[in-house]
Amino acid sequence: MRELKMQFLLPIFFCLLFLACKNEGEKTTDKQQDKIESVNFNGFKKNLNKNDNKLYVINFWATWCKPCVEEMPYLLRLEEEEEVELILVSLDLPKMKNSQLKPFLKKRGINSKVILLDDPNSNQWIPKVNPDWDGAIPATLIYKNDTSKFIARPFANYDELLTEVKKIM
Amino acid sequence: MKTLKILTVLALLIVISAFGFQSVFNDEDSNSSAEGYQIGDVAEDFSLKNIDGKMVSLADFKKAKGFIVIFTTNHCPYAKAYESRIIALDKKFKSKGFPVIAINPNDPQKNETDSFENMQIRAKQKGFTFPYLLDEGQKVYPKYGATKTPHVYILEKESNKNIVRYIGAIDDNYQDENAVKERFVEKAITALLKNEEVKPKTTKAIGCSIR
Repeated sequence: MRELKMQFLLPIFFCLLFLACKNEGEKTTDKQQDKIESVNFNGFKKNLNKNDNKLYVINFWATWCKPCVEEMPYLLRLEEEEEVELILVSLDLPKMKNSQLKPFLKKRGINSKVILLDDPNSNQWIPKVNPDWDGAIPATLIYKNDTSKFIARPFANYDELLTEVKKIM
Repeated sequence: MKTLKILTVLALLIVISAFGFQSVFNDEDSNSSAEGYQIGDVAEDFSLKNIDGKMVSLADFKKAKGFIVIFTTNHCPYAKAYESRIIALDKKFKSKGFPVIAINPNDPQKNETDSFENMQIRAKQKGFTFPYLLDEGQKVYPKYGATKTPHVYILEKESNKNIVRYIGAIDDNYQDENAVKERFVEKAITALLKNEEVKPKTTKAIGCSIR
């Protein structure tokens, strides 16, 4: 009798556990997606020169950009395993915020900080991110206080990214 | 003590604004990409397959005074946002001797959307009035030093050589054609037609990496 009860209760217990987790996950991503700020370059530039002893990894990307999406798992892993502040700077067209960007983050459960950089006059702001950047994405700025490195190409694997980060650390 | 603080803040402001101005002035005429054509270089001719199946070279355009060579592609939203503006450029300047030559530099094997067949479909849908060539084997774009789509090179014919006069963006708004303030390509061609110096000679824009 007791065994039967367990047989009956265990699956229910796991079902509930699963649902609870799922809800929890969705809640956080929803929250994150609500937090996506759209800013112009003036509003954004403070993120490029913080002097707070933290290591920042600023990644310029867009949802439809294949090489960007391919390297994203490395960035997310870096954020999880190392002491870094990751900012994903989306250059999706602003009209894609609800149709592409939010669903993309939700589907992948991405909870990192995402900023939508909405500043069409890119001829003005691209050189201010880095004079050597010509605007192709992905591009990544890694910096800590006054030391920085700008990498205007995708990372082929996690180690490549980690090596660059360790140089700045 | 208080004055010292104010002075420090003031000094900081001056330093920051100096850097700010410097970066604004550096925008123009600086071409930092080490590879590929620079302003004033002679662009080599090519022979690439057009969407109608025929091979196209710059030498085929005997009467042209120059070319608006645009690396563009099917899949890239920034390139798409510029399609109708590229058609307008061709309409405006073909008759004045500067036709648009569009080149898809992407490897279709990396993205099916950029295949030759899809180029044909896209050109038909949008009513392209200019050649849309496939850079088969990806040999042409590295010579130019193109890194992204869209990426424009304006060439001017001079004693049968094609000289690079402008490299960069079509205009200053990749999002919204109606909000454009400065039309770089139009400005450059207008200057060339008047035998004036092109200014700015290089600009930058967000684009999709060529793969």
